[in-house]
Amino acid sequence: MTSSFTLVPETVGPPTKIAVRDLKVFFGKQMALRGVTLDVPACRILGIIGPAGSAKTTFLRALNRMNELSPDSHMEGQVVLDGQDVYHPEFDPVLLRKRVGMVFALPMPLPMSIHDNIVYGPRLCGIRGRSTLDELVESSLKAAFLWDEVKDRLKTSALRLSGGQQQRLCLARTLAMQPEVIMLDEPCSGLDPISTARIEEALTTLKARYSIVLVTNNTKQAARVADTTAFFLMGELIELGPTSQIFTAPHDKRTNEYVTGRFG
Amino acid sequence: MRIEPKHTQRAAVVILGSATLFTLVILVLIIVFVLEKGLPAVSLEFLFTKPQEMGRAGGILPTLVGTILLPLVAIAIAMPLGVGTAIYLTEYTRETRLTRIIRFGTDCLAGIPSIIFGLFGFIFFVTTLGMGWSLLSGGLTLAIMVLPTIIRTSEEAIRAVPNAYREVSCSLGATRWETVVKVVLPNALPGIVTGMMLSVGRSIGETAAVIFTAGSSLRMPHSVFDSTRTMAVHFYILAREGISNENAYGTAAVLVIAVLLVNMLTYWLMHRFIARKAR
Repeated sequence: MTSSFTLVPETVGPPTKIAVRDLKVFFGKQMALRGVTLDVPACRILGIIGPAGSAKTTFLRALNRMNELSPDSHMEGQVVLDGQDVYHPEFDPVLLRKRVGMVFALPMPLPMSIHDNIVYGPRLCGIRGRSTLDELVESSLKAAFLWDEVKDRLKTSALRLSGGQQQRLCLARTLAMQPEVIMLDEPCSGLDPISTARIEEALTTLKARYSIVLVTNNTKQAARVADTTAFFLMGELIELGPTSQIFTAPHDKRTNEYVTGRFG
Repeated sequence: MRIEPKHTQRAAVVILGSATLFTLVILVLIIVFVLEKGLPAVSLEFLFTKPQEMGRAGGILPTLVGTILLPLVAIAIAMPLGVGTAIYLTEYTRETRLTRIIRFGTDCLAGIPSIIFGLFGFIFFVTTLGMGWSLLSGGLTLAIMVLPTIIRTSEEAIRAVPNAYREVSCSLGATRWETVVKVVLPNALPGIVTGMMLSVGRSIGETAAVIFTAGSSLRMPHSVFDSTRTMAVHFYILAREGISNENAYGTAAVLVIAVLLVNMLTYWLMHRFIARKAR
């Protein structure tokens, strides 16, 4: 893979996993994402907050080229993963999605057994062998804090799990692909506080090994788990900074109004 | 004057209920009538011996075989074509003018009387391609006849699979084809099989298209190039030529039972499949 693009020199802080440069996404003639530039740090949790309709999901889906599934979308700008332009014509989107995993807002297990859900991705990557796959199932479920609840019924349908369990299964399924980046799109929007706490617990452990991008409608969640937080509004990145700063001393008036709950 | 909702509700229940009852009664009447007239002629001997004197005496074995083989040939040809077309139209193309024209075309095809297909099959397969009256000509003709049904039911079934499944599969690094094979088709299977069974039913009962293309030979077919006679055609000839009313009704009874069996078997298989997935 060749790419003439070189990374912007690193200043301070953790190395950059994904560099996003002036990213614009259009649906038809309408510009949903209006030129976003930010770095996704390695082995950190980047929280993305903002009201509904601020293109947070569109931003995530641009990172693993899922927007391409919508027929009338196109993009401008650059997304650079480990120095490689992921929108380069020779860059295989299937390979990209194996490296940049995604957990959706609604728990969406595939209608198959718990076990088969987890090994779906690995099998596509060509991983065979019962013992290898079984180990992968166990380690992924453990990492998502779900193993103890389901270890005796791995062959039952994943649709039988509760909502919170289903969402942790989706996280485990993403982990089983051994991605480098995990993107979560409002993973707790439909969950109760206990399930939410479980997922947050999982995320804080996982960031040691993965770069995590967490889109959330729940600003408190970002405050709890994110290392850096980005505030999106109407398709624009308004402010990006360490979470503590965004929540206590935001530079932008709109950020302040949003995090203190005066609008949004 | 305004009628009390209570009364309209009651009227609706009565009218809708009697409509359902009426349908059921007619269905049962037909089956009872055919079985009553036909069952006396049916015996193991009737099923498993060859006909004699054009069917005036003897059994229906070759037509039984023909009735099993002909739909099999038709389905074997129509299923890959139909399901493949449905997958292409739903998963690989956007909704454009062209796909709408294709869909309109298949809908029109579904409305063509079967005798037209018979005529086409006779001219094209039997005469032009020189296949003669044969299982193959008949199977190909029936395949063309049931293609629209298979395409449309498969399309609907594939469309009914939640889009979220496709997105999840794609996000897990599956290509479109892997998604189709591993997620879309298994979930669309009940609908696809329903379309297939409708087609089998139509093929089994078809007379006009078959008589022109598969012929009406009473000999046992040995290959797809042999002519054959299905039970429906046998019934038609026996009754029309006044050969034997008794054996005609016997054949009809076997035909009705065969269709019932096929449907029951399908429902049972489907039920098992769905139950196993939801476990």
